[in-house]
Amino acid sequence: MGPLNLENLQKEAIAEVLESYPEKLSKNRAKHLGVDSPEESKGACDTSRSNKQTVPGVMSQRGCAYAGSKGVVWGPVKDMIHISHGPIGCGQYSRAGRRNYYIGTTGIDTFVTMNFSTDFTEKDIVFGGDKKLKKALEEIDVLFPLNNGITIQSECPIGLIGDDIHAVAKKHKSDSAKPTIAVSCEGFRGVSQSLGHHIANDMIRDEIMPDDSARKEFESTPYDVAIVGDYNIGGDAWSSRILLEEMGLRVIAQWSGDATYKEMAIAPKAKLNLLHCYRSMNYIARHMEQEFGVPWIEYNFFGPTKTTESLRKIAACFDETIQAKCEEVIAKYQPMIDAVIEKYRPKLEGKTVMLYVGGLRPRHVIGAYEDLGMEVVGTGYEFGHGDDYKRTKEEISRSTLIYDDVNEYELEAFVKKLKPDLVASGVKEKYVFQKMGLPFRQMHSWDYSGPYHGYDAFAIFAKDMDLAMNSPVWSHTKAPWDTEEKGA
Amino acid sequence: MAALRQIAFYGKGGIGKSTTSQNTLAAMCHYYGQKILIVGCDPKADSTRLILHEKAQSTIMQLASEAGTVEDLELEDVCKPGAGEFNPEDETITDGYIMCTESGGPEPGVGCAGRGVITAINFLEEEGAYDDELDFVSYDVLGDVVCGGFAMPIREGKAQEIYIVMSGEMMAMYAANNISKGILKYANTGGVRLAGLICNARMTDREYDLAKNLATQIGTQMIHFVPRSNHVQRAELRRMTVVEFAPNSEQAMEYRELARKIIANDLKVIPTPLEMDDLEALLMEFGLEEEVEVEAIGKRAEEA
Repeated sequence: MGPLNLENLQKEAIAEVLESYPEKLSKNRAKHLGVDSPEESKGACDTSRSNKQTVPGVMSQRGCAYAGSKGVVWGPVKDMIHISHGPIGCGQYSRAGRRNYYIGTTGIDTFVTMNFSTDFTEKDIVFGGDKKLKKALEEIDVLFPLNNGITIQSECPIGLIGDDIHAVAKKHKSDSAKPTIAVSCEGFRGVSQSLGHHIANDMIRDEIMPDDSARKEFESTPYDVAIVGDYNIGGDAWSSRILLEEMGLRVIAQWSGDATYKEMAIAPKAKLNLLHCYRSMNYIARHMEQEFGVPWIEYNFFGPTKTTESLRKIAACFDETIQAKCEEVIAKYQPMIDAVIEKYRPKLEGKTVMLYVGGLRPRHVIGAYEDLGMEVVGTGYEFGHGDDYKRTKEEISRSTLIYDDVNEYELEAFVKKLKPDLVASGVKEKYVFQKMGLPFRQMHSWDYSGPYHGYDAFAIFAKDMDLAMNSPVWSHTKAPWDTEEKGA
Repeated sequence: MAALRQIAFYGKGGIGKSTTSQNTLAAMCHYYGQKILIVGCDPKADSTRLILHEKAQSTIMQLASEAGTVEDLELEDVCKPGAGEFNPEDETITDGYIMCTESGGPEPGVGCAGRGVITAINFLEEEGAYDDELDFVSYDVLGDVVCGGFAMPIREGKAQEIYIVMSGEMMAMYAANNISKGILKYANTGGVRLAGLICNARMTDREYDLAKNLATQIGTQMIHFVPRSNHVQRAELRRMTVVEFAPNSEQAMEYRELARKIIANDLKVIPTPLEMDDLEALLMEFGLEEEVEVEAIGKRAEEA
């Protein structure tokens, strides 16, 4: 397909969707949809409206503030216990689904895959839940004495009935001498999980950052860095830190995949903060810069091209020994990367993909697909902001359909129109497209696979994409009586 | 037998709702033999104190909290018969009686009292508290319709007749007007109607005229003007209604008259609440205050 044809098709897709809407909705959604390309001067990446309330009545893929705080930012901190404060559902349905890997003995010194909940019932709503919360905190300290702190993650009702969880946390903190952090991340706040990230960051700022007890005895080296915004999904942070360590840096903290409380508290000692997920942790990176003078840079470890680029960018912040080692690391992995590309690229070359993920991957994974010769023809964020779309501009290499907070109807319509060879999105979209006979990869928690960060992980990524698209199963999805083309 | 009538008393906090409602209901029972269930919808649980001769200690929510869930409760646990002549067993005066229940709720400042009211009323309905024998169910609701919970008694299938207890004071009238707005909201979906204002006199200037006029303006009637009497307080200190304490007193006769009017009442309307400006104009019209010039707004007395 020629570039002009593609652009026309994308514009047509938007027009068709908008046309099917009532006038008011059409006007609203028009601002969230667009086409952009590297040549465009004021394209959709610059003008797209984002971080706005979802239109009621459409099926959104977004989460809530509680999901942003408990599920994303706080949940992976492994040696703290995170209480889902409220009715049982929020805690149970968000339990262990994100595959934040960690090292430790679950239930003894680490607790990530466990569900702690205050299990609200009617009487707790009417009489308030502060007493129950206090009891839960005390029970936790008896049953799990090796916990290094507790966070209280508010579900919706807490904000409605006005429980003073911050006072309960403060009291328990002084009684137990352990960090006890209340987070007012009620699900109804904000328009998506994005506000939950921000609230969670603010609590890290207010409760962990001022704690300098661990920093006092910390012995610094000139090569200390912290990984910020890597949740170690399927081991992502591990496959990232080995590269950093091989080039002579010391990773003193991982936020928050496989993280400990202490690790988070010593992060201000880093010489440089390395920010992977910009959307969920830029707030705290900025805070550490202002408060402790720790500079931060963004990096991207998806796919070898971006990984190499990022490694050089990181090395440039340090001295020549690091820069030299960095080149050695790149050279060491190059043959492996070449082999992977040699094996998979011929099978994937020219195939098209449409992405729809959360707040980082819609732009970060583009390079990885391109390393395999694939073309990203559409991408969008569930909860990205304007700065995410601006950053997306730098990543796209052809006419690309941009869709913000795309709903189920639109995404399906776009896919039918553009007929990509692969849809890479979340678990909520997965079966819609697989039932349409389209290959799909779940890009929130890597479809039970991963890691996808770094050089080693690229081999896994490439294999997964190949398995998804070139599986013989797709030749069996067409019904004998169905004479129309696949995806039509 | 006439169908069960569900009525509710609303009004500004401290206006004398609970006193007025209990005295009126007592009169309906004492003089007219009505069979009544009182549902107190106030976390303070003092809507039945004068009938029971004691504060209801076991509210629905309190018992539910002790039992674990509200589903674990039995109706007998939460419905108490009135004391003395109001007991169903006591037929010396009439065969009327009063049963009492309180929703209860949290101590001030915690939890959600509104949810308590919703839970309690759902429980009473599911358990069949509103049996065929009853003539009236009466809800006594705290203060204003501050949230959905306290609007529960006026939703579909609940109270059809609302009596607003008010006085000639500005804020009481303001609250009465606000409650009318609440009724208006549910009038078309649920069929609730405003049945009248009960003026519990504070003996402010031209109170009677003012209350009557407000009633007319919002489309209803001032069903009764209850004068002030020390008998009420004396009875209350004995945890009794005037009707029981001094059944032949003038004040008891006032409640008897109010009771008669409520039983016979067939004026039930969708209210037409006033705008704030109209409400202020009403107060001025009745000479409570000289007309205030625009430039006098916000000025102290000595500046004017």
